[in-house]
Amino acid sequence: MATLSQGTRRRPLFDPPIVRRAMRDAVRKLDPRHQLRNPVMFVVLVGSVFTTFVCARELLGGTAGWGFTLQLALWLWFTVLFANFAEAMAEGRGKAQADSLRKSRTQTTARRLTGESREGKFDQRGPVAVDAERLRRGDVVLCLPGDMIPGDGDVVEGVASVDESAITGESAPVIRESGGDRSAVTGGTKVLSDYLVIRITANPGETFLDRMIALVEGASRQKTPNEIALTILLSGLTIVFLLAVTTLQPFAIYAGGAVSVPVLIALLVCLIPTTIGGLLSAIGIAGMDRMIQQNVIAMSGRAVEAAGDVNTLLLDKTGTITLGNRQAAAFVPVNGTAIERLVDRAQLSSLADETPEGRSIVVLAKEQFGLRGRSVGAHAGETPSEPGVLGPVFVPFSASTRMSGADNGTHQVRKGAADAVLRWVTDQGGKVPADLSTVVESIARDGGTPLVVAERDGSATPTVLGVVYLKDIVKGGMRERFDRLRAMGIRTVMITGDNPLTAAAIAQEAGVDDFLAEAKPEDKMALIKREQAGGRLVAMTGDGTNDAPALAQADVGVSMNTGTQAAKEAGNMIDLDSNPTKLIEIVEIGKQLLMTRGSLTTFSIANDVAKYFAIIPAMFVATYPALQALNIMRLHSPQSAILSSVIFNALIIVALIPLALRGVRYRPAAASVILRRNLVLYGVGGLLVPFAGIKLIDVILVFVGLV
Amino acid sequence: MTMNGWLQIAFFCAVLLAATKPLGLYLVRVFDGSLRFLRPIERMIYRAAGVNPDEDQHWTRYTAAMLLFSVASMLLTYAVLRLQHRLPLNPQHLAAVPDRQAFETSASFTTNTNWQSYSGESMMSYFSQMTQLAFHNFASAAVGIAVAVALVRGIARRGGEARGRLGNFWTDLTRATLYVLVPMSLVLSLAMIQQGVIQNFKPYVEVTTLEGAKQVLAMGPVASQESIKQIGTNGGGFFNANAAHPFENPTPWSNFLSVIAIFLIPSALVYYLGRAVKNVAHGWSVWAAMFLLFLGGVGVTYWSEARGNPTHAARGVDVVASATNPGGNMEGKEVRFGVANSALYAVVTTDASCGAVNAMHDSFTPLAGLVPIVNMQLGEVIFGGVGAGLYGMLIFVVLTVFIAGLMVGRTPEYLGKKIQAREVQMTMLYVLGAAASVLVFTAISSIATSGLAGRNNMGPHGFSEILYAFSSATANNGSAFAGLTGSTYWYNTQLGIATLVGRFALIVPALALGGFLAEKRVVPASVGTFPVSGPLFTLLLIGVVLIVGALTFFPALALGPIVEHLLMGAGRLF
Repeated sequence: MATLSQGTRRRPLFDPPIVRRAMRDAVRKLDPRHQLRNPVMFVVLVGSVFTTFVCARELLGGTAGWGFTLQLALWLWFTVLFANFAEAMAEGRGKAQADSLRKSRTQTTARRLTGESREGKFDQRGPVAVDAERLRRGDVVLCLPGDMIPGDGDVVEGVASVDESAITGESAPVIRESGGDRSAVTGGTKVLSDYLVIRITANPGETFLDRMIALVEGASRQKTPNEIALTILLSGLTIVFLLAVTTLQPFAIYAGGAVSVPVLIALLVCLIPTTIGGLLSAIGIAGMDRMIQQNVIAMSGRAVEAAGDVNTLLLDKTGTITLGNRQAAAFVPVNGTAIERLVDRAQLSSLADETPEGRSIVVLAKEQFGLRGRSVGAHAGETPSEPGVLGPVFVPFSASTRMSGADNGTHQVRKGAADAVLRWVTDQGGKVPADLSTVVESIARDGGTPLVVAERDGSATPTVLGVVYLKDIVKGGMRERFDRLRAMGIRTVMITGDNPLTAAAIAQEAGVDDFLAEAKPEDKMALIKREQAGGRLVAMTGDGTNDAPALAQADVGVSMNTGTQAAKEAGNMIDLDSNPTKLIEIVEIGKQLLMTRGSLTTFSIANDVAKYFAIIPAMFVATYPALQALNIMRLHSPQSAILSSVIFNALIIVALIPLALRGVRYRPAAASVILRRNLVLYGVGGLLVPFAGIKLIDVILVFVGLV
Repeated sequence: MTMNGWLQIAFFCAVLLAATKPLGLYLVRVFDGSLRFLRPIERMIYRAAGVNPDEDQHWTRYTAAMLLFSVASMLLTYAVLRLQHRLPLNPQHLAAVPDRQAFETSASFTTNTNWQSYSGESMMSYFSQMTQLAFHNFASAAVGIAVAVALVRGIARRGGEARGRLGNFWTDLTRATLYVLVPMSLVLSLAMIQQGVIQNFKPYVEVTTLEGAKQVLAMGPVASQESIKQIGTNGGGFFNANAAHPFENPTPWSNFLSVIAIFLIPSALVYYLGRAVKNVAHGWSVWAAMFLLFLGGVGVTYWSEARGNPTHAARGVDVVASATNPGGNMEGKEVRFGVANSALYAVVTTDASCGAVNAMHDSFTPLAGLVPIVNMQLGEVIFGGVGAGLYGMLIFVVLTVFIAGLMVGRTPEYLGKKIQAREVQMTMLYVLGAAASVLVFTAISSIATSGLAGRNNMGPHGFSEILYAFSSATANNGSAFAGLTGSTYWYNTQLGIATLVGRFALIVPALALGGFLAEKRVVPASVGTFPVSGPLFTLLLIGVVLIVGALTFFPALALGPIVEHLLMGAGRLF
């Protein structure tokens, strides 16, 4: 599907190298200790060994019919091998996926410094270029302007401005320096000026990849809760059928025709749920593989499974629902100011403003009023009454004034948050126009951010010109995605630091179900706990260290790769693309995983009906010729019927490997719709397919002359 | 098949549907304790028994109380049967009941099976009958209802505050008896007496028949026994001929009353489920699944019986129904009931764990004989025994939710409660226990000399007799194919054990399941939740009941009734 293919590394389902390795692994996995993990396939293994033993005895004793037993034995072995192969394929694909991921991640190079100079200064002449992914805790790197900081660390030397917008969404650069509170830097952020020497404090993301590969490879793979429950069901069914088959021998003796043990084993293997039993672990691993395809590293299978169960999605507004930056949407003059004047001053104050908001003001001025960009010193021309607009000097935003603007001689223009600009105006004896507060409030209510523009000419008192309406731009297609989530029964909650008025308006526009305004990290935590107390599962994304507790508390906590180490450790998934919207895909993969398990279980159980109709008449037709009536597939002979069933049972595992690896097709819809579709496909299909399949194999066997 | 026959079956269905909701509402009020008109009697009983009726028992304590009550009452019955020659009210000076039969009878009555391998009049003293067997008719039914109510509570209770507590066994037991079983059997007794069922303490009557022969007619308080035997799905008849006997079941109306009485409480309990879990639609969906399975059974049985035995038709016997000829297979049937009512009775009595019979199941055509066996092997979940049917069906509901629930892409939830490893474990233990008991015991008897000796017929029909017996005992039905000689050490012991396994090896996991569910938080339902109501769910539930329930027994059935049916077509009878 379209949304899943984004950023996907497509790999052919049966990649030759992976297939070759999986074939070797399939044989290696015959180890009984490995098979014991899967009770259903263990029973098949024991059956294969026994049948082989019987075959050998028949061969040595010269008993007729050993060829049939041999074929049975072979296909029983194949059944086990096919199941092993499925698991090995899933593992192989996961590893290949991770390898290519690792390659693509090593593009960032870091300048690693060696040795420490006597004064405690690092020798900057000899940095060694290394892959960022190979850095280890304790390594020291040098970052020059334009460099991406290769990993989380502490600044040990230097002062620099760093663009942390990738993490914080704040476009204004921050200062990072050695010592004190501002020494921590985060991987994925960018040095803008000066230089930093950083001591890496954590091993980069590769360790997470390694951890995940270990999960895929089985050494540390643990069954997930649902896998355990399903294994209990399958084991229970296996025991029930074991009883049904073992007690069949006394019944057969009563009827006057004991059945040979290999045939009983064949019936047993056909009845026990080998299809789902053989593919169960492959399905689980494939779920993690699909996560990697989405560039998401899951730290446990449990997390992937939990993703399918999520009831509530907590989404940060900035970067997830809205574009990271606000854009100017309108100019609203106050106090009777001509709109051209407001536009002109607003543009003037933004000409040299490199923030996205500033640039958007320039763009809007040009689009709506044809006001061209002026280079510094250029004349607007049409306002000759105003002196000294010859050389405007840009006044950047500062945290203390919370305003930016331009000075042109004695002419000053300022724009900023309402309270900051108003203070600037009133402090200098200016008056606040009566209609300003109405405008500011109405913009806030509509979900926008009001940016007040004021000017002061020489010694005159400053005047407020009007307001620029900065608007949060909701990302395209979000409403549809939220509608889809709602169709799946998932509630979306937007988290924002905005005031409730603004938040409500954006929530309305984006189509989320609920919002949390003026959110502090502890509010987020409280919200998660509240949702969980109501029995809901919560998923969230986060990146900052202050997100870590919430990430740990959430059932599915996806941390951004650009996030801090603390956040990564706290969550149970890492998104290498640092794309918060991906939470939706993660949920879909989780659901797909569970659906695949359920569908194949249903298919497997439904298959039994046809197998009964093949094998039961074959077993007893010699005793009761009337039972031929149950042979509704009109199979050629008892031997061909039994063999066809066993072959079908083995081949269906192979045939379903692609489904297990890819997952059943998933389209967001209400549970009842999905249920109906999968039930028809896998329930009814599971009833009918084996009738056709067994008959076909029977025809082929007869044609080839194997029976 | 005749229009008249179908109309009678339709009438039965209509009355069942009409009675379900009112009686279900009554049950809701009985078990939430809001009905108090018998409060003084209740309180007296609690005080006398020394139990605290306000204790909300953890499932383990609930189970322990249930087991304690059952074991104690079973041991008491065993003791009374063994010592009846020393006890009062034994004017016939009947000897002690032999150990094997005392064991089997006490097990059978404690488990609501009422399998009888003895002839009451020649073996049971009045004291044994009145204080023990009649007592179990009420008590075993009340235990079944209590377990079902407890399991439903486990499902219904919200949040973690229930902490695995399921209510109070002693109050459930007492209320089921006082408010439900006693009043209902009282009303039914009067109706049955009106229809001519005898109710007296007279000595047996010796009469001269039209042919001039002398015949002794047995007497007794039949109507009162008859009513609780039906209402409590016990099935142990007063007379050997059970509900085929004219003094037990004299008219079509008494037949109707006794057959509807079997389904009343089981059907109402399903409505109770819907109410208790605050999802009435779910209750009706489960009910619909039961009803459709019931209709299917009646359809097959009636069709097969009305069609009769092709061998007869081939020899010129008129098997076509007409004004003067009931048609079909009338072997072993009462003329006043005919084919339709016999088929209906046989299906109802085996859908539920009643086991009362108004016709000889052994004489049914093979397919019609197959239906009762399958009904019992499914675990009697088609309305089922009082209580037992509901908790058995809930096991299948949980299985359905687990298997199909995954298909919607969530961890399966049943009414907001996650079905996880422990719940699946209990469900599978239940399924396994039932299957193992039927299959293993049948297997042993079908090759052991002592087992084979009990057969009345040879070939597949003889096998069906053994299979029927152990299916009946395990399912706590108590009806018999009536060909098997059951009063031997071999069968007394094994059938006795089968009834105990079929009861307690299943109740314990069922209560544990209830307890586990009562520990769970409730996930609020959304459109993403697996829907447990509606036609799709009903069909799914039927599918799971048939596939999981019947597939296990398909090989056995193929070698019994199925092959017999095929051979009958070829003109071979057994």
